[in-house]
Amino acid sequence: MDLRVGAVSRLAGRTLRLIVVLAVVAVVAFALAKLSPIDPVDAYLGADIARVGPEQRALIAERWGLDQPPSVQFFSWLQSLAQGELGYSMIYNAPVAEVIAERFWISLPLVGTAWLLSGIFGFVLGLAAGANAGGWADRVIRLYAYVLASAPSFWVAIVLLMVFAVGLGWAPVCCAGPIGVVPEAVTIWDRLSHLALPLITLSILGISQIALHTRAKMAEIMQSDAVLYARAQGAGTLDIAWRHGARNAALPAVTVLFASLGELFGGSVLAEQVFAYPGLGRAVVEAGLRGDVPLLLAATLVLTLFVCIGNMIADSLYAIVDPRLRRPRPSRVGHG
Amino acid sequence: MSLLQIENLCLSFRHYRGLVHEAQTSVLRGIGFDVDRGEVLAVIGGSGAGKSLVAQALFGVLPGNALVSGIMRFEGVLIDKTTRPRLLGRRMALLPQSSSHLDPMANCSSQLRWAARRGGRTIRKADAQAAFLRFGLPASVGKAFPHELSGGMARRVMMAIATITEPDLLVADEPTAGLDAGNAETILSQLRAAADAGGGVILITHSLPEALKFADRVVMIENGQLVGTEAAADFTGSGASLRSHYGQALWQALPQNAFGAANA
Repeated sequence: MDLRVGAVSRLAGRTLRLIVVLAVVAVVAFALAKLSPIDPVDAYLGADIARVGPEQRALIAERWGLDQPPSVQFFSWLQSLAQGELGYSMIYNAPVAEVIAERFWISLPLVGTAWLLSGIFGFVLGLAAGANAGGWADRVIRLYAYVLASAPSFWVAIVLLMVFAVGLGWAPVCCAGPIGVVPEAVTIWDRLSHLALPLITLSILGISQIALHTRAKMAEIMQSDAVLYARAQGAGTLDIAWRHGARNAALPAVTVLFASLGELFGGSVLAEQVFAYPGLGRAVVEAGLRGDVPLLLAATLVLTLFVCIGNMIADSLYAIVDPRLRRPRPSRVGHG
Repeated sequence: MSLLQIENLCLSFRHYRGLVHEAQTSVLRGIGFDVDRGEVLAVIGGSGAGKSLVAQALFGVLPGNALVSGIMRFEGVLIDKTTRPRLLGRRMALLPQSSSHLDPMANCSSQLRWAARRGGRTIRKADAQAAFLRFGLPASVGKAFPHELSGGMARRVMMAIATITEPDLLVADEPTAGLDAGNAETILSQLRAAADAGGGVILITHSLPEALKFADRVVMIENGQLVGTEAAADFTGSGASLRSHYGQALWQALPQNAFGAANA
């Protein structure tokens, strides 16, 4: 009974914290958008700017409520947000919710698969490196991880693009499908081949972080009493790495993996830009460059929500997976 | 032929002094003893004397910077890299010092099953339960995780793990550390029983009374050196039949012997 109350209050606390984080992000994002040198009216008019007089510009600004003080603008935005109204995207000429939903479904296979792949490969590489700490495998894996952890993701994306798309011609140069083909005619193979390079870029970047964290944990586990005992029982390295290493290192790795969702989206913004992949990340960049404030703010909030939920999952996983933090099961064993 | 023979075991650790100068710290020098079947041999020494290192050297689980020399034989066969895999977990087993040696993330029956498999045996659920029962543990202990066990139970679980493959030699490293008198007595009797059943037991401890009650012979280590080997029965009366100076001093220093001067 107490435990259930505890779980509910914990969940309530986390939800409250989530709301506070979202509110702070909303304020900061709104302030940044207001402070940015791009004028939404200019951005909206684009090349037509020369043909519009100051009176007409003032009219547009008044229509959009831009003549109001920023605080009023913020609260009217917040109010419509509370009613589930995210606004209208000027550059895509569609409701923001629609744009985000559509872009999200394009980004999800990319980011989701990259997330899974980097998790799996990072974990395995980290285990291998940590189990042979100081050995050649460890050195190679660490070198790889350090180099990629310090390489900017857009640079890696450009290098891959130059080598595999431009140089070798193995992969298409841009976009999520062939150019000039109607969406219905795009085959699954087309989609996959266009997904390949951005996916590899994001995955190899994500791997290094998981690998380094897993390696550190694994090296620590290899020094533990439990591993010493296993070796005294005649266990080989593979046996130890699997039974003791993977078991004990899995939790920190999964936590890092969930916590790294934010960085993954950050990476996807750059990778999608380089590969002209029409996902959410690219929409964010477009919105920023062309002063589409409603889209920019909504995308920021959606990504914040996503990252926060990732962190919340990471927190809760400990309680579920680690037997020491699991609910105590009274009367399982007596004491003696 | 002795079950286990150790001759002139020396151990030192390599380490760096400053950046380039390599130095060696000697921790064991000229340790030698043998263990027969049916015998409990106590290895006694204060903390830091190096007695646990003897066990680690025997099982080949010393840190990477350790340098070992000397001869160790199991039933006359030299223990080295090639022969050790046939011995570990099969012919000789370790009973470790603390419950930190159990994997915190795995339940007890898994750990028992792994130990059995490492020793070349596959056990069924009933075998596991029987093994736990042998040491007075309920069947439910199989599903328990190490943190759910009391110190005494953890030690008995490790006892079940150490004996699951019926090894010939059992090496118990401070098996009573942190246990109350009742639990300590239980574990020590079980070790004695293993010897009486025809196995050899090495009991590493810092307590002379404990050793005398259960061991047949006592090997004393101080500062990494062997300072005496005595029959447990010789620790009697004034200690006149003890051959080593250290043994006499240790015996005199016991409370019932009026805390005699221990400055050997």
